[in-house]
Amino acid sequence: MESASASAQALREQIAATEARLQKLKDELAQVEASDAARYLNGLSLNGGPVTPQNGSAKWPLLNEEYQRYGRQMIVPSIGIQAGQLRLKSSSVLIIGAGGLGCPAAAYIAGAGVGTIGIVDGDTVETSNLHRQILHSTSKVGMRKAESAISYLKSLNPNPTYIAHTEHISPQNAQEIVERYDLVLDCTDNPASRYLISDVCVLLSKPLVSASALRTDGQLIVLNSPPLPPGNEAGGPCYRCVFPKPPPAESVVSCGDGGILGPVVGVMGVLQAVEAIKIIVEGKLAPSPEIQEGLKATPTSMLLFSALSPQPFRSVRLRSRRPGCFACSKDSGLSLEGLQSGSLDYVLFCGLASSANVLTPEERIEAAEYAKIREREHLLLDVREKVQFDICHLDGSINIPFSAFQGGAKAENDGKVPTWLPESLPKEAPIYVVCRLGNDSQVVTRKLKESGLDSGGKRWIGDIRGGLKAWKQQVDENWPEY
Amino acid sequence: MASETIPITVEFTGGLEMLFADQRKHSLSVPAKDERGQAVTVGWLVHYLCVEVMKDPRKEMFVLDGHVRPGILVLINDADWELEGEASYALQARDNILFVSTLHGG
Repeated sequence: MESASASAQALREQIAATEARLQKLKDELAQVEASDAARYLNGLSLNGGPVTPQNGSAKWPLLNEEYQRYGRQMIVPSIGIQAGQLRLKSSSVLIIGAGGLGCPAAAYIAGAGVGTIGIVDGDTVETSNLHRQILHSTSKVGMRKAESAISYLKSLNPNPTYIAHTEHISPQNAQEIVERYDLVLDCTDNPASRYLISDVCVLLSKPLVSASALRTDGQLIVLNSPPLPPGNEAGGPCYRCVFPKPPPAESVVSCGDGGILGPVVGVMGVLQAVEAIKIIVEGKLAPSPEIQEGLKATPTSMLLFSALSPQPFRSVRLRSRRPGCFACSKDSGLSLEGLQSGSLDYVLFCGLASSANVLTPEERIEAAEYAKIREREHLLLDVREKVQFDICHLDGSINIPFSAFQGGAKAENDGKVPTWLPESLPKEAPIYVVCRLGNDSQVVTRKLKESGLDSGGKRWIGDIRGGLKAWKQQVDENWPEY
Repeated sequence: MASETIPITVEFTGGLEMLFADQRKHSLSVPAKDERGQAVTVGWLVHYLCVEVMKDPRKEMFVLDGHVRPGILVLINDADWELEGEASYALQARDNILFVSTLHGG
């Protein structure tokens, strides 16, 4: 066994080294090709007259290779070359988030020949990303997402200029990053960054293509398009026009907690690329002054995608700019200086999840300690959703999902013995509550004690600190972590 | 005619269906008049759904402080209810009322 795993390790190292060498060669090739192109373009601008360089004639605005590469999209009548391909080539697009939305969006934006592409992401690649984040691969686990994405994109199309921003977007860096680009794609995964990105796009007059996804649903909305200054009612609505108040933090579910089907978020990312290309090709990045004068209020629409619905796509009509909007109305309270100085706390605005450290240390037990008392009479209550319980659970545990403990109606049951409590369990036998990471289990423990199930302290009720993740770390390394 | 009813369709998406027995589409017959004899509105419907249709105890995930919770869009026949008079819109036969919870994942 040991020698087999040793030779597997040796092979893995050899593969990693070879892949690194291959990547280096690809990068060198991309550089050589880029300097070739630069030389060609220089020749073009210096010699106005007819010349006959090796790869064709200077009268052609694209490289020979580009005619082949973009030919299939250039012969689409609504694209063409002047309004289409050349506009794409001279435009710049910022993709914020290199995850399930950003990966497919970036692949099509790069493939289409957008001239400059920026990728913002402060995270590193994890194995759990790979089923949907298609620019990353198994060998890139641990690598910066922005860099991993760009290495894929370079091998897909070496022509664009790629810029990696290996940090999360923040009020402090947002202006500096966003102002270098013509158009922004919001491919992030939380409300705080969605409000921030919308605000920055309003302040810097950038159209914004925003999408989101969870489980089997997705949503797409084009915001601040046309990107007219705050106070101009003809501009497109911003995120705050549609969602003036953030949702309560408890109602926000991440892909990590709620799950996500890969192609669902993929569809939404691809649709973002479609909308971005439309805005560029239709000349809507910055409307001319004449257009600005003549425009009336511009309502927007939201595309809803529900993979399980008999009619999976549905478009709904939304409002135009909201009078009195905090960001884009004439009464706007936003400014770039205010943003820089940190006067707007987006994380606070969207609220913090309140689950951390609800319990005192005495109400919690380490996974390793719990492992030692497993033989004694007790109840292990697993409060993960059933679909997660079905993947793996500890022997003897019973499953009552966290959602069943939420809501005001439960108060009616206070003082009564819950139906899920086994009748055979002695009145003073302790109850251990467990979940995936040790947050929900604290909330449930508190609720159980408040309902009087601890018989005034005679029965110990507490949670397993760090949940089943800690169980894997401390007790059973073969425990499946999903 | 207290027994007069109007047929409407109510739909939930973006995860809200989980609060309504995992059912996305509900065909309902609702009373045409409220208890004061007024024509029923979308605002009345929200309360009705909370009391009569929703079995899940997590009411605050749908209605918060007497209003539809922030982060939920209400669409009347596929248009934002803000374009239709919001809660005061009087329900018509065969209306489609869609509640969409905003998603944030990506």
